[in-house]
Amino acid sequence: MSVHTPLVESDAARDLTGLRADFPALAQQVNGHPLIYLDSAATSQKPACVIDAIAEYYRKDNANVHRGVHELSERATRAYEGARDRLQRFIGAPSRREIVFTRGTTDAINLVAQSFVRPRIKPGDEILISGLEHHSNIVPWQLVCEQTGAKLRVATLDDRGDVPLEAVTALLSDRTRILAVSHVSNALGTVNPVREMIAAARDRNVPVLLDGAQALPHMPVDVKALDCDFYALSAHKMFGPTGVGALYGREALLAEMPPYQGGGDMISMVSFEETRYNELPYKFEAGTPNIAGVVGFGRAIEYLEAIGMAAISEYEHALLEYALDVLAEVPGLRFIGRPGHRAGVVSFVLDGIHPHDLGTIVNAEGIAIRTGHHCAMPVMSHFKVPATARASLALYNNREDIRRLASALVRAREVLA
Amino acid sequence: MDLADLYRDVIVDHNRSPRNFGVLEQADRTAEGFNPLCGDALTVYLELDGDRIRKAGFEGQGCAISVASASLMTEELAGLPIEECRELFARVHNMLTSDEVAEDVTSLGKLAALQGVRAYPSRVKCASLCWHTVMAALDKQSTPVSTE
Repeated sequence: MSVHTPLVESDAARDLTGLRADFPALAQQVNGHPLIYLDSAATSQKPACVIDAIAEYYRKDNANVHRGVHELSERATRAYEGARDRLQRFIGAPSRREIVFTRGTTDAINLVAQSFVRPRIKPGDEILISGLEHHSNIVPWQLVCEQTGAKLRVATLDDRGDVPLEAVTALLSDRTRILAVSHVSNALGTVNPVREMIAAARDRNVPVLLDGAQALPHMPVDVKALDCDFYALSAHKMFGPTGVGALYGREALLAEMPPYQGGGDMISMVSFEETRYNELPYKFEAGTPNIAGVVGFGRAIEYLEAIGMAAISEYEHALLEYALDVLAEVPGLRFIGRPGHRAGVVSFVLDGIHPHDLGTIVNAEGIAIRTGHHCAMPVMSHFKVPATARASLALYNNREDIRRLASALVRAREVLA
Repeated sequence: MDLADLYRDVIVDHNRSPRNFGVLEQADRTAEGFNPLCGDALTVYLELDGDRIRKAGFEGQGCAISVASASLMTEELAGLPIEECRELFARVHNMLTSDEVAEDVTSLGKLAALQGVRAYPSRVKCASLCWHTVMAALDKQSTPVSTE
């Protein structure tokens, strides 16, 4: 990674725009225009150091982990386990045994649904989620409900796109077996009051899972300070590769849970009569893992640590405020959701233009935004829109990106006029 | 990439003022279509006269491509024998999806305005949803058509 000299901007947020040069994919023309990538909530671009780390791993160290005594296997294991240590520190987990590598956030949530909740839930018991959730924090719970006769309860969001704390506390009961909520909403950018929600759940001895996919790229996260029981995350949203993520789980809970999948690496001894499972976290990592992906993930965390999550959060917050101001000036633009506390995402519609057309029209100017329901159809229903356009930010975006989006939106109205 | 090739004047016009938009109370056949990717949803209504479509209508919400495609389609279907309707569907589908230089699309009349969609693979479903829905109506399919 190159060394970045911090500059001081007039709004006091550190200027991180020099970081853009670290991302090779951003230095291209799309449809004859410099690419403006505003779809990082779908997946972030990757810095050269992450791409190089993956390539280097395959060029030099490729071997299976936890098996061989030979040099390459030792190196691969060291790199893989080094990434676990780094992630543990990055999110403030007390022990490396509490970090389980998964395919991503969805996989991590399904693991908790099937291995933690399903065995201990009975007909009539309840699973509590919020109305803001991504489909990946809805459907795994619906599956458990179908399998067990439990009921899914939903804390509804208000007209600003916030989930009021009272909406959660009102539905917490002695029957609630888990509270599963997003830390940050992918559709609206709402930052949930998770500390208060967790405290309320704690009062009733209800375990809490946070879907952190959209939080980690934007703000410091400390699972110990949050006091959550599970935290699910994806590498690809935080400048790492796709197909890798992790589950943080409180050790006492992970220890009691049965394995999620059976296979190699998750066992300590196998015979046809009996199998003993491996210790944590390996009990939950069946099969050869995505080693190169984990190595790349570790490098992405190192990259973020070097910049500092507090600096990233401050820079992005200023950029988000700027985006809200600039976009508010676009004729006919209506924000979908005005949450009190927001990170990374602006959702909107434009009078008379379907979001799908908008996405195609701004793409002609090299601007990438997401259009559709953002895998959060219940959120769309709440705001009575079939879809929205969504601009999502990351540390490599700048004010010029926002200005170009705004002027493309103004011109979009002319295309269909 | 030229947006004018996708959003041709005919399409812009039919999006702004869709023809045959609204419920046909006397419809002999109806079917619903849904594109879960973008939330487009439409209902197609057909009045039949023996083996001929007397009148076609639609309602729903969608992007400019899906609204214009449905509007253009209802105009073309009026008075068409059902068998020719199926052939027309095949030709439109070919125009929207085939990599080969398709048949002379000018024979498709106004529907040829949709040929620009082919360059936008993610938008093909927008244009074809109404046609799949008409086929479902003719086949008396009871479950809504989905593009996914």
